[in-house]
Amino acid sequence: MIRTAGIDIGSTYTKVVLAGEDGTILGRSMEPTGFKLAQAAERALARALDTAGVARADVAYTVTTGFGRHQAGIGDISVTDLTAAARGATHFFPNTRTILDVGGQTMKASRLGADAKVQSFRLNDKCAAGTGAFLEKTARYMGYRTEEIGPLVATSKAPVTISGVCAVFAESEVINQLSEGSAPADIMHGAFVSLVDRSVQLMKRVRMEPEFTLVGGILRFERMIQVVQGALGASVNVLPGDLVQYTSAFGAALLGQLRLRRLTAAAGNAPVNTA
Amino acid sequence: MAYAAGVDVGSTQTKAVVINETREIVGRALTDTGANVMRAAESAFHEALTNGGISEEEVEFVVGTGYGRYKVTFGNTQVTEISCHARGSVHMFPRTRTVLDMGGQDTKAIRVQPTGEIVDFCMNDKCAAGTGRFLGAAAVALDLPIADLGPTALRGERAVKISTTCTVFAESEVLSWLGKGKKIEDILLGVHESIAARSIGLLRRVGIEEEVTFTGGVTKNEAMVETLNKRLGLKVNVGEGAHYMGALGAALFALDRIVAARAPAAKGAA
Repeated sequence: MIRTAGIDIGSTYTKVVLAGEDGTILGRSMEPTGFKLAQAAERALARALDTAGVARADVAYTVTTGFGRHQAGIGDISVTDLTAAARGATHFFPNTRTILDVGGQTMKASRLGADAKVQSFRLNDKCAAGTGAFLEKTARYMGYRTEEIGPLVATSKAPVTISGVCAVFAESEVINQLSEGSAPADIMHGAFVSLVDRSVQLMKRVRMEPEFTLVGGILRFERMIQVVQGALGASVNVLPGDLVQYTSAFGAALLGQLRLRRLTAAAGNAPVNTA
Repeated sequence: MAYAAGVDVGSTQTKAVVINETREIVGRALTDTGANVMRAAESAFHEALTNGGISEEEVEFVVGTGYGRYKVTFGNTQVTEISCHARGSVHMFPRTRTVLDMGGQDTKAIRVQPTGEIVDFCMNDKCAAGTGRFLGAAAVALDLPIADLGPTALRGERAVKISTTCTVFAESEVLSWLGKGKKIEDILLGVHESIAARSIGLLRRVGIEEEVTFTGGVTKNEAMVETLNKRLGLKVNVGEGAHYMGALGAALFALDRIVAARAPAAKGAA
């Protein structure tokens, strides 16, 4: 079997997926990216290989993506996050036309053609409002850790209005809401709503069309998916559980398979040098 | 003798100034605003009274200003911080034509007439970039007290270019530069440069006319003063107690009201 690896070096987490020729996921792992990108990528790859029981030498091709793809000094080729997400999303949901990707420090919207290629995209990586960092800050102002966001927001009945213009200004807003007796869960819910408002604006700018597929770390929250569906008035596709965080890494591994096939064909079926 | 007071409830700190009828500062105080804004306003006011040896009854008029001005429950009226910073600046430096107020969560550029009247102003209302919070984020990232930021930056030789705009992302950028082996001094110099560049952008939008008076909490930071001077190619006025400028302006407005109430006919209903 020909195995490929996709490494998605995101602003917050580095994700690795090992894929087989038929697109099966053989192994995966996730590590905090931190500031030493190469080490994070190496560590995540080593762990993914472990979980799959595959030796590094048996990986025929490695594709990197994510903001740190050029700095990690690993892999055979790099692709943009948009390309990787498009490939990963359309593998599971072939009718995807719009992708929303919300990560720790970025938000991206892209519209795909019927060929699953990116036709239009918009992104925000300049402002923490509208990214996972906004949710983390909101949680922290109330004394909650990142891991507690999901369970906390799940208990909310109705969102409190949070303006969400700036992750720093949110602090005074959150404190005011708390002093007026609002429940932390409802404030967190409000932060989700304001984040989704920003996402929908970004999606409108790419002239979104159904089907919608959501990817990225923030979409692991069930509440996030509900709020997006409410705002769009449409149902959305999401990979189950934590797989949603691996969509781009998986897409990158699939692109590795494609590339290998092309290289092999071009070389007249000669063995491919993957050194 | 009657006294007038100004209480400036800022996002980070609350300042109170008490002046006498000859416009001299007789007492002042500063406290962290914190979560209980009303209490911060009261405590700054009472501390200023104590410092001046004045009783509350002797204060005839109190003006509240700053983002929390409506929480100054004992205040007789409210005036925006824009007006107060302009008023205080022109009082201290009569040739002031431009005011740069840099506080904990906002930065304002104000252009004033010789009379202290406002011609135009501009502020960052949507984003904390280019405010004192940007320095706060750097302090957290580098684990340094705020007071050490300026002196450390002054030792910098080659400013590291800070590329992020967002205060939240700046924290990670600072750490990543540290991870890449840059010196703290040079990183901090870069942080100061970045804030100065954004504030000068605001100043340009109102038009920079000399003299420029620098007010607000960040005036205590010498590196910021120096970076602004270098980038503007002039010397900004920084008075002693420049972070009390808004409260001083508020106290001056309060005194106007006392004077007007005493002689409304003579003053022509000021």
